[in-house]
Amino acid sequence: MSDNQFRICPESGLQFHKPAEMLMRAHAVVAVVILLIGGIAALLVTLTRWPAIHLLPADRFYQLLTMHGTNMLIFWMISFEIAVLYFCSSTLLRCRLATPRIAWLGFALMLIGIIVNNAAVASGTASVMMTSYVPMPANPNFYLGLILFAVGALIGCFVFLATLVVAKDEKTYEGSIPLVTFGALTACIIAVFTIASGAIVLIPTWLWSLGYINHIDAAMYRIVWWALGHSSQQINVAAHVAVWYAIAAIVFGARPLSEKVSRVAFFLYIAFLQLASAHHLLVDPGLSAEWKIFNTSYAMYLAVLASMVHGLTVPGSIEVAQRAKGLTNGLFEWLRKAPWGNPIFSGMFISLIGFGFIGGISGVVMGTEQINIIIHNTIYVPGHFHATVVIGSTLAFMSLTYFLIPTLFRKQVAFPGLAKWQPYLFGIGMSSFTLAMMGAGTLGVERRHWDMAFTNSALGFEYPASAFTLMGIMGISGVVAILGGAIFILVTVVSVFFGKSVESESSYGISATRLMRADPVVVPEGGHGAAGKWGFAAPGTFVLALFFLAIFVLYYAVNWKYLASVWPMS
Amino acid sequence: MSEETTNSGEPVRVPFMQRVLDNPFILLFIGIVFPTLFYIIWGIMEIVNIPIAP
Ligand code: HEM
Ligand SMILES: [Cu+2]
Repeated sequence: MSDNQFRICPESGLQFHKPAEMLMRAHAVVAVVILLIGGIAALLVTLTRWPAIHLLPADRFYQLLTMHGTNMLIFWMISFEIAVLYFCSSTLLRCRLATPRIAWLGFALMLIGIIVNNAAVASGTASVMMTSYVPMPANPNFYLGLILFAVGALIGCFVFLATLVVAKDEKTYEGSIPLVTFGALTACIIAVFTIASGAIVLIPTWLWSLGYINHIDAAMYRIVWWALGHSSQQINVAAHVAVWYAIAAIVFGARPLSEKVSRVAFFLYIAFLQLASAHHLLVDPGLSAEWKIFNTSYAMYLAVLASMVHGLTVPGSIEVAQRAKGLTNGLFEWLRKAPWGNPIFSGMFISLIGFGFIGGISGVVMGTEQINIIIHNTIYVPGHFHATVVIGSTLAFMSLTYFLIPTLFRKQVAFPGLAKWQPYLFGIGMSSFTLAMMGAGTLGVERRHWDMAFTNSALGFEYPASAFTLMGIMGISGVVAILGGAIFILVTVVSVFFGKSVESESSYGISATRLMRADPVVVPEGGHGAAGKWGFAAPGTFVLALFFLAIFVLYYAVNWKYLASVWPMS
Repeated sequence: MSEETTNSGEPVRVPFMQRVLDNPFILLFIGIVFPTLFYIIWGIMEIVNIPIAP
């Protein structure tokens, strides 16, 4: 192994293995291109669901909804995540990437899969939406594209695992792997289960679409498909939580309040998060209440507990780090004086708050068998998951990208003024978009529905005017969020392909060496409480957590009350 | 593997949970077996047991 295989980034101290670096760049670039395609589809879909505009005809609407769902949820997220996996293994463990050639094979398969799938959808013969429920048939290439992509991504996961083995053998780190890498490992493990389930369900479906198999049971399909559909969201959650920890370390030099607690929380994800797939089947006949309740309530609450631990320890660790720097006045000086103009931080913090308050709380409501029925299959559902996967994961990945532009791509961030505003436009636009959807869903507006006015339909239904207003607010906020997304793409593309190289200094980022250690000793000088108040190391975060809990309990109770009123029993 | 040495050369026992968390392949095993058993296999058993309409 020659030494010139590595380069050290002068700003961050990160060490990049050159073949790994090329792979990360390739995956990140493909991811952003997909985000652009998915974003254009988002605009057209949004303008159709905005009742005053109602842009597309029905068939185009379903075609673009399919294109939006698969590109965003599967291709954008997983392509970016493979780059994150390579970063968290090779770069953070300062070791060579195992088998770069095989990793390139995985990349090629993913890329071919994306093209094959998109071509099928573009031809208009695969408007089955991302769930592609049987017996609704799609062009066989729709499934083939997904299968090729899945195999490619699985190869990426195994390259990641192999790199962990290489690092251990070559002793490039001591003790345990760093927490951020542990988070990436969690994402990788969930990905292996997800992708395997995808293969189990999609290969027979592909053969069925070709005529080699004559029947696929719809109920079976739904069980196995949701092991893919739900778990893939949990790859995103594990990955964006790892990114939160990374950014807290990058921007503040923060260390986790307790490595042990954070690792156990990730462990709860590994063991229980995927079982919550059952919440998609809460109204399916044929499955028992025991199966539903065990998987959604018991298992899911352990996973929710883990998310609350992360949601507490990330801001808590930032608070402790800020207090140690002397920002000790009152409860919130540490937060007020945080670098709100730095999109790496602002994006990450909006991601954390939006994921917790909007995505998390609505997720628990939807995962509760009884109250789920109020909003099942309404537009509340996309409201919930745009809060998790868009405000949570996508915005966290955008923030990380602002760090990767100078360190991985060695370019200065173009249009820094626009970049500064981007997380706010995207995050606030999306927050209002999701809340409006959740409001409309509570009034019963369906998801995936081309015309909520039911014009000329035999079995019509009239929604209250407020439902139309909420859908209008959804449309306006969606356009604002898309503008934020467009700025992100503009900034990254211009920086990466046309930007000025970074010479000795860049505007963002401080030493990232903290990322590379597992800290067994986490107590700062003088103990955790030293800079805190009233015996708490992070009193501000504690107050935030109580506020969160109050809203959570209130909203949960309101839903039960509402259930009692929509479902009178005498 | 479960033993590490301190500076003085004395072996220290790594706690059980830490050994689990430090082994990616045990974690991979748990992360696949749990959902396969409780979600997929149990769920499929229930679907299979639905009687066919006459
Ligand atoms: C500014 C950005 C975005 C806007 C305005 C937007 C808007 C929409 C709209 C209006 C729908 C249709 C809801 C319905 O009629 O049921 C939708 C569906 C969806 N969106 Fe987005 N979206 C955005 C970004 C994203 C991102 C980043 C992801 C994933 C990472 C995503 C994933 C999905 C999925 C999975 C669906 C469901 C598709 C289906 O029902 O088959 N969206 N989005
Ligand atoms: Cu789900």
